[in-house]
Amino acid sequence: MLVRGEIGPVNGALQPVSRHPVALALAFAQRYSCAMLTYAAKRLGLALLVALAVSVIAFTLLHVSSDVAAAIAGEAATAADIEFIRKAYGFDRPLIVQYFDWLGRTLTGDLGQSLYYKKDVADIVLSKLPVTLILGAISLAFAVLLSIPLGVLAAVYPNTWIDRLALFLAVIGQALPSFWFALVLIMLFSLTLRWLPVSGSDSWAHFVMPAIALGYYAAPAFMRLTRAGMMDVLSADFVRTARAKGLSPTSVVFKHALRNAIIPVMALAAVQLGFMLGGSIVIETVFALDGLGYLAWQSIRHNDFPVTQAIVLLLSVVYIGLTLLADLLNGWLDPRIRVQ
Amino acid sequence: MATVPLTEIGALDIALTPGPGALLRRRVFGHAGLMVGLAILAAMFFLAFAAPLLAPHDPYDQDLARRLIPPIWHERGTWIHPFGTDGLGRDYLSRLIYGSQISLLIGFAVMAISGVIGLLLGISAGYFGGKVDMAVTFLVTTRLSMPVVLVALAVVALLGGSLTVVILVLGLLKWDRFAVVIRGATMQVRALDYVAAAEAAGASNLRILFAEILPNIMNHLIVVATLEMASAILLEAALSFLGLGVQPPLPSWGLMIAEAKSYMFFSFWLIAIPGVALSLLVLAINLVGDGIRDVTAPENRA
Repeated sequence: MLVRGEIGPVNGALQPVSRHPVALALAFAQRYSCAMLTYAAKRLGLALLVALAVSVIAFTLLHVSSDVAAAIAGEAATAADIEFIRKAYGFDRPLIVQYFDWLGRTLTGDLGQSLYYKKDVADIVLSKLPVTLILGAISLAFAVLLSIPLGVLAAVYPNTWIDRLALFLAVIGQALPSFWFALVLIMLFSLTLRWLPVSGSDSWAHFVMPAIALGYYAAPAFMRLTRAGMMDVLSADFVRTARAKGLSPTSVVFKHALRNAIIPVMALAAVQLGFMLGGSIVIETVFALDGLGYLAWQSIRHNDFPVTQAIVLLLSVVYIGLTLLADLLNGWLDPRIRVQ
Repeated sequence: MATVPLTEIGALDIALTPGPGALLRRRVFGHAGLMVGLAILAAMFFLAFAAPLLAPHDPYDQDLARRLIPPIWHERGTWIHPFGTDGLGRDYLSRLIYGSQISLLIGFAVMAISGVIGLLLGISAGYFGGKVDMAVTFLVTTRLSMPVVLVALAVVALLGGSLTVVILVLGLLKWDRFAVVIRGATMQVRALDYVAAAEAAGASNLRILFAEILPNIMNHLIVVATLEMASAILLEAALSFLGLGVQPPLPSWGLMIAEAKSYMFFSFWLIAIPGVALSLLVLAINLVGDGIRDVTAPENRA
């Protein structure tokens, strides 16, 4: 009620408003955390529904497009063998029954057995996850550290050679195929200069080239968004005020402008990390980096579909979680988004 | 009588202001990126269509006695094979020229399939709103949360790699950006007066969608189409590079790079040449897309 009075007269009557700062802050928190909670609950519900839809698609894709029993039986199997496996694994039951059975087991962490490694899928997948997460984190850091300074420079000096150079790098960056760029890096840094190892995942040096190859592809998007956001903010009134107060240009650009322009970039970072985990399959295969992406490629080559299915599901769930995080971050930092 | 000089002044005024066509031409020809992109793209089309006339050799002709001949800028290069030969002794220039057909075919076919799906979803979500919009947004979110490369690889592996399978799989996967952009553009156009006027005149939904809204979101559609075409070409190259896309002996540029990997140490041109061709094509398409967006953006209209 306090805040309603603050915003304006309700029911035509001016309500008495406590001007005490603590009371105001409390009322403010109540009002906005409530909106934030509703917003968060809605987003969470949507994320769960999407995850469910993804699980249906991942399940159906596999069971409709291939004969799973024949794949398990192997190439030398007879028709009777395949029939036996179909009964033993329960593939003769209706698809919907199989789906709920599979979903139930997946939710309790039982992802089945790998056909190729003859081990628990959950164990294999979890053992490879750290490498991919480290690669994603380093790539993201590389992309952000490269693109945000460039984007800020391009926005502070629009239509100069710096701006043109940044745009040129972005246009070129988006055109290079990531696997080819990775090979060029190998030829340059491993074969010619002999600075970095070609493949493997034993030391930090093994992550340098994969991170560059994966990160540079995300950099143009960050750069464009930083530049556009900074251009908007730099022409805003509060920045003009800050300048008029006589603050130093550095303080205006970094303390006042970048802080506001960075919000959408942070949200994009969460989404881009999801894309990077998905794109890591190409890069990890080129460098034989022993993570989830390389495992996915091997499982596809070996027809090891329980592993493939688990990785598709895991990467989708991680992506859903990251977009949820981005939405909540945006909603928390920018109250206007919550009411839409 | 007093109206005569007025019309004359008016006519003079019209003669001095360039018409909309002239303005558009001035913007198009004044845009360096767009012109460079169009020039490269035109050259690629020429290569693809005139491949049988331009290619000096049969791209599938193997000759193990003539394998790994270096390109012409190398001291041991010959004019018989200007870009050298690959590990099976096939003429690299001929394979490169025929490869442009595959990349362009993939680009256009995937763009067409995903464009139709995305356009139908996006335009109905933006126009009807409400439950339709919710359903489409849910579909898009679901599609976006599945990793494209991984799903495409898995499905191609299950169905067996071929040009048709790759086109269909990518076409059925890559409609998300179309749907998102078209939905937004349709929502903006839908709120304009001429749509309300068409509704008041009793036009059917279909008529409003295709006669009033579609022509006015065309520029957005074309820009997304170019971006998606570029991305489809890169994806096909990546799939073929990983061995789960177009199959040998077809001269897909991605496949050529994969085959060249074993000769990386001594014959690096085998990797460099198709990679540069791929980058040039994607760069050209992106430049054209960016150019069209700049030229048709309302804030740039004179």
